[in-house]
Amino acid sequence: MQYLLMLYSNESGWSQMTPAEQEQGVAAYGAYTQALKTAGVLVGSNRLQNSTTATTVHVADGKSQVLDGPYVDSKEQLAGYYLIDVADLDAALAWTARCPGASHGTIEVRPIWDMYAG
Amino acid sequence: MARSKCGRSGTCTLDSAAQARSTADAVARRSYGKLVAFLAAAMRDVAAAEDALSEAFAAALADWPLNGCPANPEAWLLTVARRKGIDGIRRRRSGEVAAVQLQILAELDEAASTVMDDAAIPDQRLALLFACAHPAIDAGIRAPLMLQAVLGLDAKTIASAFLASPDAMGKRLGRAKQKIRQAGIRFAIPARDELAGRLDGVLDAIYAAFAEGWSDPGGTDAIRRDLTAEALFLAGLVAGLLPQEPEALGLLACMLHAEARRRARRTEDGDYVPLAEQDVALWDAAMIDEAEALLLRASALGHIGRYQLEAALQSAHVERRRSGRTDWTPEVQIYDALLALSGSPVVALNRALAIAELQGPRAALEIVDALAADGRLVDYQPYWAARAALLAEPMPTPRLAMPSTSRSASPATPPSGASCSDVRPYCHAAWKKVSGTIPADVLLPRI
Repeated sequence: MQYLLMLYSNESGWSQMTPAEQEQGVAAYGAYTQALKTAGVLVGSNRLQNSTTATTVHVADGKSQVLDGPYVDSKEQLAGYYLIDVADLDAALAWTARCPGASHGTIEVRPIWDMYAG
Repeated sequence: MARSKCGRSGTCTLDSAAQARSTADAVARRSYGKLVAFLAAAMRDVAAAEDALSEAFAAALADWPLNGCPANPEAWLLTVARRKGIDGIRRRRSGEVAAVQLQILAELDEAASTVMDDAAIPDQRLALLFACAHPAIDAGIRAPLMLQAVLGLDAKTIASAFLASPDAMGKRLGRAKQKIRQAGIRFAIPARDELAGRLDGVLDAIYAAFAEGWSDPGGTDAIRRDLTAEALFLAGLVAGLLPQEPEALGLLACMLHAEARRRARRTEDGDYVPLAEQDVALWDAAMIDEAEALLLRASALGHIGRYQLEAALQSAHVERRRSGRTDWTPEVQIYDALLALSGSPVVALNRALAIAELQGPRAALEIVDALAADGRLVDYQPYWAARAALLAEPMPTPRLAMPSTSRSASPATPPSGASCSDVRPYCHAAWKKVSGTIPADVLLPRI
């Protein structure tokens, strides 16, 4: 089954880190990503730009409404994701717990809707 | 397949219909949980397994009166349920069928074809319980889910026991089963290193079901009485399947101790009888003996936990009744240990009452007043009852810690496990029976 790991964290945390700490953070994520690859479970992954760069779009009555800012304005924002393919939820949760984002933020795990399984 | 006698050449007599029904009833009683668990684990879907099995039972009631009851009704039901399950999966899939579904069908086919009788059905009930009590399932629905999945209780019965509307309970049960399927929750006994943590969820849910049964204020509600029996069955099942897990044994011991006093708990008029005033002759001696034996076995495994401690409290109470002697020191020690494990203010309150017996009301009042800082006790009626009792002179008996008559079914009522006066007696301890070290991470507060 595929699961999307959505990493939520406080964006101001990153800018408050020293360069050395940032380097450590990048290395931790690099190691985690490599571990997912080695295990053969990584489908895709990306880090997102800050939510200040977000734009929301909603179409109503055929008209597109475009707004500056993220969909939900909260302290912790979606900062990146991993898409993994593992046997079951327990395996997905075990990988989630190993992700650095679970320690400095919160990760929401969602199963992917299998279009063939209904 | 060997068939028992039936009516002449395909016609059905009243007798054969009655026989079919009684065989189906007997199979449902002895094997429902095993059949559902087996199907659910194979299909990875509780709701689909329940549907398939219920269709199989319906088919049996139509087929058996005509063709006779099969020699292996469980195998017959599994074969039909498998076919119904496959039909169900095909109905739900539109277009291409994913590889994983084909694999599930193949596994189900293979597994069902090897089952010759009920003893040969692999027992997946524990795996089903672990799925129902998975941390990803809302804690409040775990007990109802287990009762439905393993015992086949309907939503109405469960709703009545948990003071919910049948509609709401049905929806919550449906959502939980949907989550199990869609989130890919595994039907498996957790690996050794995570077993203890996951087992807590299973035991807590069973205890919650048991306590719901006990919380019937009048002691007269048949459905609730049944629920304690069902919870006892589940506890026995887990203890039987995990005989090396001391907390599983401890929970069963704790529940058996409470159950042993059922007849003594109410007068003939249905009035509540406090623990200290119960007629010991009405206690079930065999059940107490079984509980004591379980607790001894648990303590020999050398890993203490909440349920063993609660069972030890009950065990101590039995000792006190036998000897007629009151020694509050061990009781306070057990509460110390329970408090260290749970951090629960309800435990702290009961501990204070034990201290009152040991050192007098003044010492206890100091503790009780300090507990007021814990906001969780503000709406907890027994807290105020206990405080009032300590302030009154002369020092009253400790039973008023949790007067059962005062509990109302309001949202402010704390979790029922903490409010049930006879399930958690504040009694005395043969603490020495239980040995081992106390892990720091076992329990969460209950209130």
